[in-house]
Amino acid sequence: MDLVLLFTMIIASIAFVGIVMILTRWISPRTFNRQKGETYECGIPTQGETWIHFKAGYYLFAILFLMFDIEAVFLFPWATIVQELGMKALVGVLFFLFFLILGLAYAWRKKALEWK
Amino acid sequence: MLDFTTITTAIDRFLHSALPDWAATLTECALVAVCVIAAYLVFAIVMIFMERKVCAAFQCRLGPTRVGFWGVLQVFADVFKMLIKEIIEIKDSDRILYNLAPFLVIMSSLITFSCLPFAEGLQVLDFNIGVFFIMAASSFGILGILLAGWSSSNKFSMIGAMRSGGQMISYELSMGLCILTLVVLSGTMQISEIVETQTRGWFIIRGHIPAIIAFIIYIIAGNAETNRAPFDLPEAESELTAGFHTEYSGMGFGLFYVAEFMNMFIISGIASTLFLGGWAPLYIPGLEGFNEAMCWIPGIVWFLGKTFFVIWLMMWIRWTFPRMRIDQVLVLEWKYLVPIGLLNLLIMTICVVMGWTF
Repeated sequence: MDLVLLFTMIIASIAFVGIVMILTRWISPRTFNRQKGETYECGIPTQGETWIHFKAGYYLFAILFLMFDIEAVFLFPWATIVQELGMKALVGVLFFLFFLILGLAYAWRKKALEWK
Repeated sequence: MLDFTTITTAIDRFLHSALPDWAATLTECALVAVCVIAAYLVFAIVMIFMERKVCAAFQCRLGPTRVGFWGVLQVFADVFKMLIKEIIEIKDSDRILYNLAPFLVIMSSLITFSCLPFAEGLQVLDFNIGVFFIMAASSFGILGILLAGWSSSNKFSMIGAMRSGGQMISYELSMGLCILTLVVLSGTMQISEIVETQTRGWFIIRGHIPAIIAFIIYIIAGNAETNRAPFDLPEAESELTAGFHTEYSGMGFGLFYVAEFMNMFIISGIASTLFLGGWAPLYIPGLEGFNEAMCWIPGIVWFLGKTFFVIWLMMWIRWTFPRMRIDQVLVLEWKYLVPIGLLNLLIMTICVVMGWTF
């Protein structure tokens, strides 16, 4: 039943946005103007390409994020059974977090966390 | 306390007696969808109005007062204005992605919204991996924002989307760590069970120091996730016009706006579910009469009260602090919040293993 409801919500959101967009296209005015399709930047005509190579700093943080997010995926199942495992869980996660923090420390040391 | 499962099962029985099985299921799904979307829009309207009034109060202004009594109808007027605005098609944009972006953003926030436990039995999606599912569903809203910025073919949109993406994925991390900390305390990921265990004391009280640290980090990360000041640089209006939705006009912009406000509601809802007990009333061990009296207040009042308290807290933060720079934002996350979050997780584990929680 839960998956049916999830599917319902996906359909509902698509239908909601679709209906709103169709409704607004239907009731809003339409005029044609050559200037209207231009990119809005500062009022003056746009200069140069928009889709260019972008700053690599963002990419670096995305990779770091990937590393730590996978870690969260591993930790969630562990977190649900901490109370049953007791001391064993603590020792296990100490090792896990040690290696993880080693990774963070490496990135820190390599100045990957600076914004340049 | 009022239990909504009685109402839902009554409707379920009635439909199954009146209609064949498939039609009953279909009708139920349609009903749920309509109710959720209606609630979504009502809360969006309430929040936009609240934002205006609260920000006015913080700046010693009155806010909207003309349209309707105390300006109540201002938001409705805005919605109608947005509906009759022309949808402009940009010449150089990537048409498919440009139109796809609002779908993704709304889908992510609507699915997350339907995971919130409003009251006992009043919850649409209740998976056994609840909080994990919420994290997954809320994170693909970032995809919509990135697409919106990329496809607009506008430099402001592009920069805004990139900043937004970088900031949101970074702060999702400490948000995940805070949720993880609370899962260690609760021992379950299912939202209804998390709230159920909190009828014997809220987690922010039972988890004491680590839970309070997690709550503070969660609020900071939540502010960054919703792109609000002091982390509003993805749409810093003085430098980037409107960030990733610069090129969206009329309702296209309206949908992003609604999704942004509802994301704030969702963040606050999750905060109140995990830390402040969701629909669970205030429980103080030893004071039986007091606890009985608290149980008389319906769960939905508790949930909305806590949620709007957290929302008010976030608005307070928004109108108090100045905007940060992108390097400051990322340094705050990676050099302070992530290490503190990891350490906090460890402290919480030690507390739970040693039995130092209430």
